[in-house]
Amino acid sequence: MTARVGVITFPGTLDDRDTQRAVRAAGLEAVALWHRDKDLKQVDAVILPGGFSYGDYLRAGAISRFSPVMESVIGQAKAGMPVLGICNGFQVLTETHLLPGAMLRNNHLHFICCDQKLRVENAETAWTHSYERGQEINIPLKNIDGRYVADERVLDELEAEGRVVFRYQELNPNGSLRDIAGICNAAGNVVGLMPHPEHAVEPLIGTGRTDGLGFFTSILKRLVSA
Amino acid sequence: MARVVVDVMLKPEILDPQGQAVQRALPRLGFEGIADVRQGKRFELEVEGPVDDAALARIHQIAETFLANTVIEDFSVKVEVGEGADATAGQGATAVKAES
Repeated sequence: MTARVGVITFPGTLDDRDTQRAVRAAGLEAVALWHRDKDLKQVDAVILPGGFSYGDYLRAGAISRFSPVMESVIGQAKAGMPVLGICNGFQVLTETHLLPGAMLRNNHLHFICCDQKLRVENAETAWTHSYERGQEINIPLKNIDGRYVADERVLDELEAEGRVVFRYQELNPNGSLRDIAGICNAAGNVVGLMPHPEHAVEPLIGTGRTDGLGFFTSILKRLVSA
Repeated sequence: MARVVVDVMLKPEILDPQGQAVQRALPRLGFEGIADVRQGKRFELEVEGPVDDAALARIHQIAETFLANTVIEDFSVKVEVGEGADATAGQGATAVKAES
């Protein structure tokens, strides 16, 4: 038996099916979770996929934060369950304060959709240990509210504790402070990033590479060896 | 029914590219002399029952936990009395800055 990874669908989520597919591509079982259900169906990990949950009304992720499923996710995340937030999922994780800081409109005000080079800064989290520290990966990025901000004290703390997990390479696409593309919580079980690993798990689609697959093989190894 | 207005603004140190875009558009439209523009949100809450201290405390909580993200935004709460008049010095009017 393999491990079960839940993928949450909120109204307005777009990438839940791609995420389920990526989960299966790594040999895991994908379990669909609905925003109104508190029941996490005994999954071993949860992914919050990309999209525009609740239309991004108020602020991206602000309303999803109060959905019944998030109540359970917050409790489980604090107890150590691996949680990955991709794009809108990252925005939800900052709104819930599982991750520090906040996401704002891109500094150039445009929606961007491109292949983006990232440097893996922390290869010890539940979601990144298939990579090597310093490794460069290339995965799609698509958003309008992708500018990561936090105050200097929080940024220094993230840097000092090795909690900047990914940094934008070559070009900062949205004005994120310190080129931050992804971060994790202190325990390393909760990771959020703006780019989309689930769109780069098969050579035929996305960047034509499988650079995103490591997220899913990381969690497989973590869960199966646990 | 009484109206309570919650204004939410980005903190001063947070870059506001939307406000900047508005400011830069002004000279093109022939409006000179505006040095800076910051864009924010205004919420008008129609309150059932009296706007007493308990109601204001509840609205403060709504603003702090939901309407504003105090990581990046400040908010203020004020009570509107009468038709379109602001109760800047009226009883129960408060202006609150987010603490964090």
